[in-house]
Amino acid sequence: MSRAAVVNAAIALSILAVPLYALAADEPFLITLATRAAILALAGVGLNIALGQGGLVSLGHAAFFGIGGYAMGIVAFHAQSFTPLMIGPLEFQGSKSMPLIWLVAILSSGAAALVIGALSLRTSGVYFIMITLAFGQMLFYFAISWPAYGGEDGLSIYVRNGFPGLNTLDPIQFFGICFALLGAALWISARLAASPFGLALAAARQSVARAQAVGLNVPRIQLAAFTISGMITGLAGALFADLNRFVSPTMLSWQMSGEIMVFVILGGTARLFGPVAGAALYVLLEHLLGGISEFWQIYLGGLLLAVVLFARGGLVGLLAGGAR
Amino acid sequence: MSWLLLIEQVLNGLQLGVMLFVMAAGLTLVFGVMGLINLAHGSLYMIGAFAAAAVAGATGSFLLALIAALGAAAAAGALVEIIVIRRLYGRDHLDQVLATFALILIFSEGVRWAFGSFPLFLDIPSYLSGPVSLPGGILYPAYRLAIIGIGLAVALGLWALISHTRLGVQIRAGEADREMIAALGVDISKLYTVVFALGAALAGLAGALVGAIQSVQVGMGEPVLILAFVVIVIGGIGSIKGAFVGALLVGLTDTLGGFLLPQLFALFMEPSAAGAVGSALASMAIYLLMAVVLIVRPAGLYGEPA
Repeated sequence: MSRAAVVNAAIALSILAVPLYALAADEPFLITLATRAAILALAGVGLNIALGQGGLVSLGHAAFFGIGGYAMGIVAFHAQSFTPLMIGPLEFQGSKSMPLIWLVAILSSGAAALVIGALSLRTSGVYFIMITLAFGQMLFYFAISWPAYGGEDGLSIYVRNGFPGLNTLDPIQFFGICFALLGAALWISARLAASPFGLALAAARQSVARAQAVGLNVPRIQLAAFTISGMITGLAGALFADLNRFVSPTMLSWQMSGEIMVFVILGGTARLFGPVAGAALYVLLEHLLGGISEFWQIYLGGLLLAVVLFARGGLVGLLAGGAR
Repeated sequence: MSWLLLIEQVLNGLQLGVMLFVMAAGLTLVFGVMGLINLAHGSLYMIGAFAAAAVAGATGSFLLALIAALGAAAAAGALVEIIVIRRLYGRDHLDQVLATFALILIFSEGVRWAFGSFPLFLDIPSYLSGPVSLPGGILYPAYRLAIIGIGLAVALGLWALISHTRLGVQIRAGEADREMIAALGVDISKLYTVVFALGAALAGLAGALVGAIQSVQVGMGEPVLILAFVVIVIGGIGSIKGAFVGALLVGLTDTLGGFLLPQLFALFMEPSAAGAVGSALASMAIYLLMAVVLIVRPAGLYGEPA
């Protein structure tokens, strides 16, 4: 086993070990913390497909995270208030079933990523960063000014949605669902990176001109990667909303985009387990430093600055050494 | 809909536009000369506003407050450039985004620690607080008119600086070819610090001027920063002229969209629904404008095609 594989396994095991310990010690708050880390990691795994594998620096992934959250909020809201949603002549009763909600979240965030990606990928470099940021803000302001689903106040869902055969109200079972989905996303991400598609994507990241010269359709490959990336982040958004039983425009805010990017970078760009390590570290810091000082984000800022300036491989790079 | 109201809204749009220009000018200059994308530009705007509010509270003079805003933001800008930013020039944009995002966290929390979470208020000076009657019987706040005047003066001053002074020649040369002007003996790292501090001072000025209309609080810089990004993307990154045209377009679109769209929808919808749809669309209008500009001209109105 290579050193990177050992580090990856250690990261995965530690995320799994914390809630199991918490279950034994009867500390449900720790389980919630680990669930939060797993969900944020899932969002980071999504972004990492665009950012790490594709080199597409998107500062607007909160759009997909929030769309996933609102997909959960809207579908569950219609079920809990018994007000069917009319889509043309069709009547939709809403649902409290997680698999259906996930499907809606993945499809709607994928559709949004397809449109935003198609427009944004006409540009590159700094323009791409700013345009993804601006599209994220567009949805943020739309969510604030659209009154039907709570506007600025957000939308509360009173009971967590169900999953057939499991009791999602039990923290450890909900953690299990999130952990399993994170595992699935990591598997997809790894398979993607090793597939011909992933190789083409990596080639386009390293040199668009050369990738085009060997006959690759770079815009289409990048758009596909961006869409897949948005879908996974959207799924994370639906889970995040279910964890909090609340969705608000904050999930769409640009700070959220920045944070998702921070997970990826703290952990290590283009590393399969980078976002997992980054999100776990972020949640840990938030918990520990938040207990010490109200102004804990100053320390987070300092740490992030240090990582960017001096430790470019992030946490996984520091532990595992060498390039991927 | 009365014409007077429309003219007033156009003036409001102009006021927003010139302030966005003052913000965007620094951003686009820093990108044009140093190739750096600076998310912390909004923090400098916030620092200017807080410095102005603190000095105005202590001395009661609005003029001193503006000078303090310029000075504090320029000093903060120069300091940040020397400590952090100059290590980022050779890096890729991802590193720049993250490092300046980290700076936002540090600045925002630092200001919150120093001044608390409650908003401060900066009073409009008494000699500018009343309305001015314009030809045609329009009453318009003198302060907002003064902002438009200051913004236009800044635009004129920047144009004169860049096209008619030695520093301006160096800035233009820096945009065209960094290595060459360094080889010709210009102290490039000093030039970078000066350009960065100049952009920071403009952001601080904008923060102080707008702070007197709105409240001065932590996080006030980021919404403006993002609008400034939209402005320079529309205008073409690196182009001051583009920033000016883009800022006016964005200012007018945002203000007139919020004013006209609900009325437009009221023509064929019931009033409450028209208000909701209109204001929701109006909040997206500038981003739609940006999308259209990019579809037609991916490098912005005045940008060099990549």
